[in-house]
Amino acid sequence: MAKKLKKVDVVVVGSGWAGGVVSAELAKAGYQVVTLERGKKQERQDYIGVKDELRYTDRYEMMQNLSPETITSRVKIEDTALPVRTRAEMMAGTDLGGGSVHWAGATYRWRAIDFELRSKTIERYGKEKIPEGMTIQDWGITYDEMEPYYDKWEKTAGISGEPDPLGDKRSNDYPNPPMLASPAVKLFKETTKRMGYHPFQVASGNLSQAYTNPDGEKLNACMFCSYCTMYGCDFTAKSDPLATVIPTARKTGNCEIRTNSLVRRVLHKDGKATGVMFTDTRTGIEYEQPADVVVLGAFSFTNNRLLMLSDIGTQYDPTTRKGTIGRNFNGQFNITFLGARGYFEKKKFNLYMGAGALGGTMSDFAGDNFDHSDVDFINGGGIEMRQYGDGAISTNHVPKGTPKWGPEFKKNSIHYANRSLVAWYTPAVMSWWHNYLDLDPTYKDEYGDPLLRVTNRYTDHDRNMAKFGIEKCSEIMKEMGADIIDEDEVPEEFDHIYSGGHYAGGIIMGADPETSAVNNYLQMWEMDNLFVVGGSAFPQFGGHHPTSTIGALAYRAAEGVEKYLKEGGQLAEAKQATLNA
Amino acid sequence: MTEPRQPEDTQKGISRRNFMKNTGLLAGGLVGGSLFGGLLTNQLQKPSAPADMGKEDTHLLEARTFFSNAEDFLILSAATERLFPKDDLGPGAIELGVPYFIDRQLAGEWGMNGKEYMKGPFLQTGAVDPYESQADTTQDQGPNAETQVPTPAFRYQTPMTRGDIFMEGVHALEQTAQEKFEMNFRKLEPEQQDEILQMFDSGKAKMNGVASTTFFNLLLQTTIEGAYADPVYGGNRNMEGWRMKEFPGPRMSYTADIEKEDFIVMKPESLRNYQGH
Repeated sequence: MAKKLKKVDVVVVGSGWAGGVVSAELAKAGYQVVTLERGKKQERQDYIGVKDELRYTDRYEMMQNLSPETITSRVKIEDTALPVRTRAEMMAGTDLGGGSVHWAGATYRWRAIDFELRSKTIERYGKEKIPEGMTIQDWGITYDEMEPYYDKWEKTAGISGEPDPLGDKRSNDYPNPPMLASPAVKLFKETTKRMGYHPFQVASGNLSQAYTNPDGEKLNACMFCSYCTMYGCDFTAKSDPLATVIPTARKTGNCEIRTNSLVRRVLHKDGKATGVMFTDTRTGIEYEQPADVVVLGAFSFTNNRLLMLSDIGTQYDPTTRKGTIGRNFNGQFNITFLGARGYFEKKKFNLYMGAGALGGTMSDFAGDNFDHSDVDFINGGGIEMRQYGDGAISTNHVPKGTPKWGPEFKKNSIHYANRSLVAWYTPAVMSWWHNYLDLDPTYKDEYGDPLLRVTNRYTDHDRNMAKFGIEKCSEIMKEMGADIIDEDEVPEEFDHIYSGGHYAGGIIMGADPETSAVNNYLQMWEMDNLFVVGGSAFPQFGGHHPTSTIGALAYRAAEGVEKYLKEGGQLAEAKQATLNA
Repeated sequence: MTEPRQPEDTQKGISRRNFMKNTGLLAGGLVGGSLFGGLLTNQLQKPSAPADMGKEDTHLLEARTFFSNAEDFLILSAATERLFPKDDLGPGAIELGVPYFIDRQLAGEWGMNGKEYMKGPFLQTGAVDPYESQADTTQDQGPNAETQVPTPAFRYQTPMTRGDIFMEGVHALEQTAQEKFEMNFRKLEPEQQDEILQMFDSGKAKMNGVASTTFFNLLLQTTIEGAYADPVYGGNRNMEGWRMKEFPGPRMSYTADIEKEDFIVMKPESLRNYQGH
């Protein structure tokens, strides 16, 4: 029998940007909040002196331990899904602060068109531009409505950047100026400018100067030490929940954060959530945490699985294409980040220096910034060149044709260690009727609960977009002066590699309860006091990295929870999406 | 309580611990590796140049903790050296300590797949068939390790841990050498060793449990890791791997240099330097 705890106003599952922002905002507003995190406690002190490539990059120190639980994966509905067993194949953040602690820091707002992709595409190109089976939809919220939340999150995080010359309207500049640019980044920016494009410096969660955010949290200037992506920052110079919203929530005295607390069910009765059931992973003791409002602010896989295990909402069924839970799985992986690598004979760059978000980018081939009449895809993405700060183990790029081991490999890998740059395209991944999430019939976690199953395959649309991007990256690399250019190959099929951490969808936003699970406050249509926050809400992916959209949505959701606590009821009016008919 | 005597203590006729006690180093907290090593080198052994300061640590890293059979370990060592050979650029895998690095990795959490999902049922692929049938037609379709280029195949679908795969793999190297050249793998000419390794790389060698490519990719991955990981893990001896690559090791900050056009070569520093010992 689960041990029943004292009821609180709000229980939040997850402590990353999604759960962290909601926890901080509601605690600031005076509500009693309990935040449950399945991972361990971590803080800045845990990262001092541990710049260790093997441990963090190669052995995935900060990623979820898959031994108790993973996902299963398959390409087609008729296939048998198999578990994704190793952390090289499945990277998901864990511990206090979530995946946001090891993020690189590259920060983009999504474009106005991303939020109204379906209607705007039809408006500009006609209905036939959207292929049969593509299940993209409008978000039920516009960019203009999202703008204040983006602005708020950027200020909390202390984002350092310069505006995108082709970007949408902003109410304010970034709170901090862009980071210093390395010669490689300058070369990218100067070259693409000469080519007639509109480059700018990647906006970054690696801070360009010391900064105090509106909640009074102090952050330091980035040291370009190179240990960002896959690492926690030892200098509080990378904006993450540990440096911002978690201390903010704690300071109020209204928020109790419990680590090692694995939420396994959302409890509900008569169409209302009553709280959550969780297990303390150290003792095995089960607890019931009752609350007026339940917020799922965990990773998108976890949000989906929790609803499915708790039997909330209607599971999506690909054969009827009805049901909303698990619908529109999407993300940014594999077929995204393809581009071209250039090898330079006359130039040598200090590539061991860098920062997670140090880079140049351009959005000339993103959203509807270019004409799609003659291309066989919709939307698009940024082109980026980043200088993360190369580690010695991972820097073994050699021109195609070099053997992958032996004397020639050794010679070339050493020669080109500081002579190769890569530019890639980050195309928006669209949603399809055949890509979805449900529970696996065979494989189970350590408690005997079914694992989440992903069904995902590529389409010609994905491959066309990737090929387009590779070509553009290759042209840029040539103009930059590379002597050898190796283009990435477009994979034929999804390879079950869940790297990079950007998986989304399943509990998507919209205006129509027939095709969305949550309204534009991230409140469930079917359960007024349950909010599901995070990448799980994306109806389809945008053409840039997701973090600031998750942060902005979390502020939107926090506002919604507060509104619900005051007024109750459904916060948005359901609309029949005529365009989807 | 008495401290268990280590073999080298006997050789030198003095306990390390007693030595430190006697000189007051332990009480003073000055047990840092280089000082410790340096003192031993300078005071207890034959006089040598200060450049050998790290030498004592190197010796301490040389003991097997996973491979119980010395012959298996020598086969592994010979294979790593072919993947990353000594040349005029610098040391190869053996001199860098790569075999010891791999040995320790296999003895730990990674080698035991401690943080991996290892529950069944497991995919029955052609790779396990050799137990029942010697036909190797399905060998190419076996599960692939994580160092391989992306393919639609599911990668890790075996109940074998990485440690198990290495043991099977090393035995398969030797068996292939016997079948093909009727000789020990490690006694073959380098070209012959390469030929065998090529068979493993392309999945054409016979192995129990997994495709030979799976083992080969793990071997290649760990060889590269051993050459370039921080020396604290037993490879990259004396940071020679980093020196070849002009990699400086962990540093506090590059703010002062990030905008500089010229390539900057720094003397490498390890985690031991970085953490302040």
